[in-house]
Amino acid sequence: MLKKRLIASLVIKNGIVVQSIGFERYLPIGKPEITVDYLNQWGIDEIIMVDIDAAREGRCIDPELVKRVAKRCFVPLSVGGGITSVDQIHTLIHSGADKISLNTQAFINPSLIEEGARFFGSQCMVVSIDAKGDADGSYRAYTHGGKADTALSPAELARQIQECGAGEILINSIDRDGYKNGYDIDLIRSLLSATNLPLIALGGAKDPLCMKILLESCDVSAIAAGNYFHFVEHSATIAKAYLSRYFPDQIRLDGYSDYRDFSFDERGRIVKKEDKSLRDMLFEFHPKEVI
Amino acid sequence: MKKIAIIDYGMGNVQSVANALELLGYTATITDDHEVLKAADAYILPGVGAFAEAMNNLRARHLLPLLHTQVIEAGKPIFGICLGMQLFLQSSEEMGLHEGLGWIEGKVIAMKPDSTLRVPHVGWNDIIAKEDSPLFMGINKDAHFYFDHSYHVVCEERYISAKCQYGSYELTAALQYKNLFATQFHPEKSQTKGLKLLRNFLNFVEEYPC
Repeated sequence: MLKKRLIASLVIKNGIVVQSIGFERYLPIGKPEITVDYLNQWGIDEIIMVDIDAAREGRCIDPELVKRVAKRCFVPLSVGGGITSVDQIHTLIHSGADKISLNTQAFINPSLIEEGARFFGSQCMVVSIDAKGDADGSYRAYTHGGKADTALSPAELARQIQECGAGEILINSIDRDGYKNGYDIDLIRSLLSATNLPLIALGGAKDPLCMKILLESCDVSAIAAGNYFHFVEHSATIAKAYLSRYFPDQIRLDGYSDYRDFSFDERGRIVKKEDKSLRDMLFEFHPKEVI
Repeated sequence: MKKIAIIDYGMGNVQSVANALELLGYTATITDDHEVLKAADAYILPGVGAFAEAMNNLRARHLLPLLHTQVIEAGKPIFGICLGMQLFLQSSEEMGLHEGLGWIEGKVIAMKPDSTLRVPHVGWNDIIAKEDSPLFMGINKDAHFYFDHSYHVVCEERYISAKCQYGSYELTAALQYKNLFATQFHPEKSQTKGLKLLRNFLNFVEEYPC
């Protein structure tokens, strides 16, 4: 059975990973290759890395950065930021990227999706849609880092994108970005019925409980989060152990470390084990996995 | 240590495959140079891309006769990944009908989405592998591998070494026939289980007389 993917979304600014809040404020996290190395060891299912300065500076995400990151990444890697041509896509894939993430260009130049799909296959082309809610409860899609209104609903834009041959859609909520108030379920639902493409939900995850609510509420293909993964040790492993209790057949647990025998609090955070069991664990032998 | 060449035909995530082999202790050459390819002991044919474009690129680099001589006549082991596996078949209906390498009888057809089935088939799925398959030796039965494809391989049972269930589709997840190995999933992107599978192929190559 196909599993629900847990995806880490890495926002790159000035060459480092940052925490993004409302598409406006940014706090530094650290080197991209170190972040990827940890996430890979913690059993993340996929990584999306987007350089948010690139488009504004008239360049695309640095292929050298992609090369450095790909060396540590043995899960699928999508990259995005300022990509405007098939030649750039070619260079990025040759640098170790597995998929390309488009945002503004998917709206202003949809033929790039078509061309990309023709050369690299639909499965290579991920389109991310940034959406904001209106006062009347409807949603609109934005481009240019959340600054330009497309006057289209995210669902309409998603339908157009599917026509062009995209392989996946990522929906990001500008309102929820970095505010830790949970996924925008209404927004995500509006996209699920719009296309047959796999849908990745992003924006608003505070903790594993938010992810559980998302999976309970709608049939997304993947759960993406940014900040949650950066501030908790073994974040991906813990989230998976927690989610697998509620969705036993839907989470991949191939990772080396395992939190399944831990207790969780109501938000999905692990609870400290009793002193006795911690003492016992001191002498447990864990052989290194040989490949 | 045998020489492994990753076939560079302008398609595919060649760097990802090279990174995985590097972790396993091999320095693979990414090349389309005929002399270097002739000198190699085994090949990896990676693939991210569209079928027709891939065949055109192989043709443009005059790699079809070379691959036939080295793989079919000389019997050197080859590992096809994703699109690389699909190219082993006779034909594909991806964006028109196109002829493949024809090493394995069968064809590549589209998966049809419906109200419950989303296409492409993207993500981590478990597989059912044949007991005696050398590729899956030492890999636990509930291991997951990363798939990302919209088209799938239909061929005779005797070529198939692993299958995968997606909705109502029973997909061909891996093929093996003589010296031909292939997976629909991406072992280079399937963390430790994928790396173990690549190790199994490399072990096969090391013990292979050629």
